[in-house]
Amino acid sequence: MDAFALVPWIVFFPLIGLVVNLAFGRRLGEKFSAIVGTLAVLSAFVVAVLQLLSLQAHPHGAVVPLADWINIGSLQIPWAFNVDTLSVTMMLVVSGVGTLIHIYAAGYMHYDVRYKEDPGSFTRFFIYLNLFIAAMMILVSGNSYLMLFVGWEGVGLCSFLLIGFWYSRNPDGSKGLLNSQAAKKAFVANRVGDFGFLLAMFLTFWAFGSLSFDQVLPNAASVDPRIIMAITLCMLIGVTGKSAQLPLYVWLPDAMAGPTPVSALIHAATMVTAGVYLVVRSAPLFGAVPEAGNIVAIVGAVTALFAATIAVAQNDIKKVLAYSTISQLGFMVAAVGIGAYVAGMFHLVTHAFFKALLFLGSGSVILALERAHHPLDGHHDEHHDDHHDEHHDDHHAPFDPQDMRNMGGLRKQIPTTYRVYLIGALALAGLPPLAGFFSKDEILTDALHANMLVWVLLTAAAFLTAFYMGRQIWLVFFGEARTKAAKEAVESPSTMLIPLGILAALSVFGGLINVPVLHPFTDWLEHTLGHDFAHATVFNFGVAIFSTVLALIAIYISWRLYGRKPLAAGEADPLQQRLGFAFKGMQNKWWVDELYDAIIIQPYRRLAAFLADVVDWRFWHDWVHDTLIGRGFGALARFLAEPVDMGVIDGISRGLAALAKGLGRGFSLLQSGYVRNYALMVFFGVVLMIGYLVFSS
Amino acid sequence: MEFLLQPLNVLTFSPVVGVLVLLFLGKRDGLSRWVALGTSLVTFGISLWVLGLFNANDPGLQLDFAYDWIQAASWNIKYAMAIDGLSILLVLLTTFLTPIAILSTWHAVEERVRDFMVFFLLLEVGMLGVFLAQDLFLFYIFWEFTLVPMYFLIGIWGGAQRMYAAIKFFLYTMAGSILMLLAILWLGINQGTFHLPELLALGNIPAQEQFWLFLAFAAAFAIKVPMWPLHSWLPDAHVQAPTAGSVILAGVLLKLGTYGFLRFNLQLFPQAAVELAPAMATLAVIGIVYGAIVSYSQKDVKKLVAYSSISHLGFVMLGLFALNAQGIEGAILQMVNHGISTGALFLIVGFIYERRHTRELSEFGGLWSIMPVYAVLTLIVSLSSMGLPGLNGFVGEFTILLGAWGAGQGGALGSIWFTVFAALGVILAAVYMLYMFQKMFLGPVTVKANEALKDLSWRELAIMIPLLVLIFWIGLYPKPFFALMHPAVEQLVTLFQTAAIP
Repeated sequence: MDAFALVPWIVFFPLIGLVVNLAFGRRLGEKFSAIVGTLAVLSAFVVAVLQLLSLQAHPHGAVVPLADWINIGSLQIPWAFNVDTLSVTMMLVVSGVGTLIHIYAAGYMHYDVRYKEDPGSFTRFFIYLNLFIAAMMILVSGNSYLMLFVGWEGVGLCSFLLIGFWYSRNPDGSKGLLNSQAAKKAFVANRVGDFGFLLAMFLTFWAFGSLSFDQVLPNAASVDPRIIMAITLCMLIGVTGKSAQLPLYVWLPDAMAGPTPVSALIHAATMVTAGVYLVVRSAPLFGAVPEAGNIVAIVGAVTALFAATIAVAQNDIKKVLAYSTISQLGFMVAAVGIGAYVAGMFHLVTHAFFKALLFLGSGSVILALERAHHPLDGHHDEHHDDHHDEHHDDHHAPFDPQDMRNMGGLRKQIPTTYRVYLIGALALAGLPPLAGFFSKDEILTDALHANMLVWVLLTAAAFLTAFYMGRQIWLVFFGEARTKAAKEAVESPSTMLIPLGILAALSVFGGLINVPVLHPFTDWLEHTLGHDFAHATVFNFGVAIFSTVLALIAIYISWRLYGRKPLAAGEADPLQQRLGFAFKGMQNKWWVDELYDAIIIQPYRRLAAFLADVVDWRFWHDWVHDTLIGRGFGALARFLAEPVDMGVIDGISRGLAALAKGLGRGFSLLQSGYVRNYALMVFFGVVLMIGYLVFSS
Repeated sequence: MEFLLQPLNVLTFSPVVGVLVLLFLGKRDGLSRWVALGTSLVTFGISLWVLGLFNANDPGLQLDFAYDWIQAASWNIKYAMAIDGLSILLVLLTTFLTPIAILSTWHAVEERVRDFMVFFLLLEVGMLGVFLAQDLFLFYIFWEFTLVPMYFLIGIWGGAQRMYAAIKFFLYTMAGSILMLLAILWLGINQGTFHLPELLALGNIPAQEQFWLFLAFAAAFAIKVPMWPLHSWLPDAHVQAPTAGSVILAGVLLKLGTYGFLRFNLQLFPQAAVELAPAMATLAVIGIVYGAIVSYSQKDVKKLVAYSSISHLGFVMLGLFALNAQGIEGAILQMVNHGISTGALFLIVGFIYERRHTRELSEFGGLWSIMPVYAVLTLIVSLSSMGLPGLNGFVGEFTILLGAWGAGQGGALGSIWFTVFAALGVILAAVYMLYMFQKMFLGPVTVKANEALKDLSWRELAIMIPLLVLIFWIGLYPKPFFALMHPAVEQLVTLFQTAAIP
């Protein structure tokens, strides 16, 4: 007895939650919306667990067809779900972490909607979250590239909606367009990636005659490697979009405009890993052309290091985590590029735990400051108005609860958040025996064997990772409070702390799923990937010790800079004078946004304006048509149609021109009379025609 | 009597009954609206009856009839109609959109309501006739006939520049039609018949003649589509037309052009079609990219949507000239999709225009918080228009691009670059649609006049819901739609396989 047939419910449950909330959520209030939303995801999680149990008995899984979709000749694409160890891993992560984040969001959004003065949006938030879970489930469970693509663009839409959740505001809470700008940027950058994905699908279909995994993947050997090369490189474009790699990563930092639970769920734990999943799913293709794999690995490794340098110099607590996410995704992409598919997936899972933990933790920190800065209860309104006036009239910078320079000493005020955050940071830094240590170590070990350059880049990135997390911990939780808000920070409610606790436990013990020597996760994925693509990495003490020592050194340096003598209020970052220009580059994200603006966005705007105003309108519409052709054509038409047609048309135009002037007294008589005549004429014509036919046949 | 009871005759001319009632009714505005709506709904019902009579497994013409009509000298003109897999969806689209468009005029058209409705119903007659006619002469009559009511709809109920737009629309289309008329006469006289099935059965038009005849027909159809660079009449016509006129113009009238290519250029001149496919695809792809870029720079919402049509119709043309099953079926479906999505977009523009009497993007912003239902509907329609998977637009675009890619690898197009550039349109569509959505709905409310706007009324919702149902239906389960066209397209495609072998 297996539960495979239940798998469509991983999509249906969130959809049901969505519909229920859409219909009743707003009327029945916050508690109801939160419970419905969370239960929907929890139910999906239960279904995923049932799949897991069924896979124990039938490890090769099943394909569960639901309905036909697109059928044209040889193009046969059904709605069909693919249950195997790989997809179920993703299902468990998405619904498991998803459930925890839903619970957290119930607490977090209660405050957020009030700070944004729009309590009605609480339900809207849970509707979007459920929609996201549904789309993500389609992505991970689809049995064809096209169904994966449905989820792929679906999660992109949800990302758009959630980044722009506070669509009338800027990221700092003031009124403006910046949030919606960030949402649009994410959608468009992802569309660029999707363009590559589409081309990959066209190539695949005409090479394999199908888009289903079970038709394409086993036949990789029978197709011209150059075509597979093209397929994989086009897919890579998609991966760089969705998984925020060079050169399309630019949307992810801006995506932090979304509420923090969104950053945790979509922009750290689940959606952004879709690109990694895509490569792992396509392992037989990438495995068939090692050159493509190499390019993937280099892209990932360079991204890992590049993003890590930026993370070092950010002051916004979430921006640090955002660049860290890009960097960690780089680790995963590099891993799957060198063929370490299991290591990549392993890191995907552990990263989902500790990065979700860190984002949610940062949300707890931000809320702690926000609540201290202007409490909701009591004289909330007055307070808020003061706050408003402060930055609108006096031209003061608004209080930014995400700026780490406004924090300090928070370990005393919010000890629980501090403890779980520390666990997340250490896991991310890769210290044993936390989850991140095992997965990162597996990647580094495989990289050492596969590609020296990749190993060097990733090791450098790992060093910086430990450094910027150390810096963040010292800046946020140690030293003295640098603002009044930090001094009076309030610990978050238990709806938020309980998910944090569970994620902290997962960040500690998550490494066990592929603990060295036993490698249960490798065995698990081998059922899907096959022996060729799922090898067990032999634990390498040299690599482990080297990277651990490096991480400790990095943390020590961060202590020397930020821990030993804590930053005082208003003081410049100690790295600034030491690194000079390099720091400036890191702080300004190496001016990549400015570069794209100058070489892509502005030229496109100018091109569009030129084509629209000058070419299409002034030249083509006004000059060629009206001036050049206009009269000539009129004369020609008259010449051709005189006197029969033009008599009529002219009369009509003249009559209508009179109408356009509109005020003449006699016009209504003339006009309506004419129209009736015309209609009657048509009618009699028809009658005559019918009569002729009736009598002649 | 047999003639009068032909289902397709009943379908085509049932709106005339409504016209008669309206004419005898006099100028009672309220009643006129209801009569027109009722007539269009009955017509829709009749089209469903025709659908019931239709056998989807039969690739040939159905419910067909041909009566001798004009048999003078060597002229053999028949009054012939039929329906098949190539036309049935477009017929249904016409009868489906007409009541929706009529319902949208409830408050938008206040002057001379009766006349408006008369023209609207006559327009429906013309459009149905074009899709159903099986004789070149009869086709031409219907083709030209559609111009007349549309001319009045724009010219009387249009915006400030309505006369200019109406005349331009009329003359532009006429110019192309003249060439088609010459080609029709040449064919009819040389082949000894104007009856399309007979012409197809003869099938002996030499390649050289095919080439010129193809171009002559293409002149008329390309203007109607419109294909780049013959699109200059479209922004004028759309911007000036009343909302219901734009809905039908975009929804159905443009499809007369693409349908013409499908019915005549592809069927009658397969060799020329194969020969000219790369050229047509080139224009189609330029249209896709050009339309998308130009849309992005528009300041008037309606103009933005109008230019986006050029881009979308480019996809349809690309699919048709892929000359394979995926491309053509995708193209037919995309004709329907465009009718639904762009029709819906024009309705959406109409809703806000009725409230604010402006369509300038800079006049809006932040409308989501004021009109949430309107915002969500617009979002769904925009996403459908930009081809989000799961909604209708994607199924059409994807199959078109897939077919075009196949035609690029050893098919009629000979190069995959058509598809690569066309797929760029997918990115650009997101750019201009999201730009529009952001300008209208996101950000803070900046214009005072917007603060008190009312969300959609029940009537407006009732207009939109059928469209939304189709947007999801075609997106999630297009099978019934493909099933209707598949046998006919399969049969059509075999023409090109034989044509490609010289």
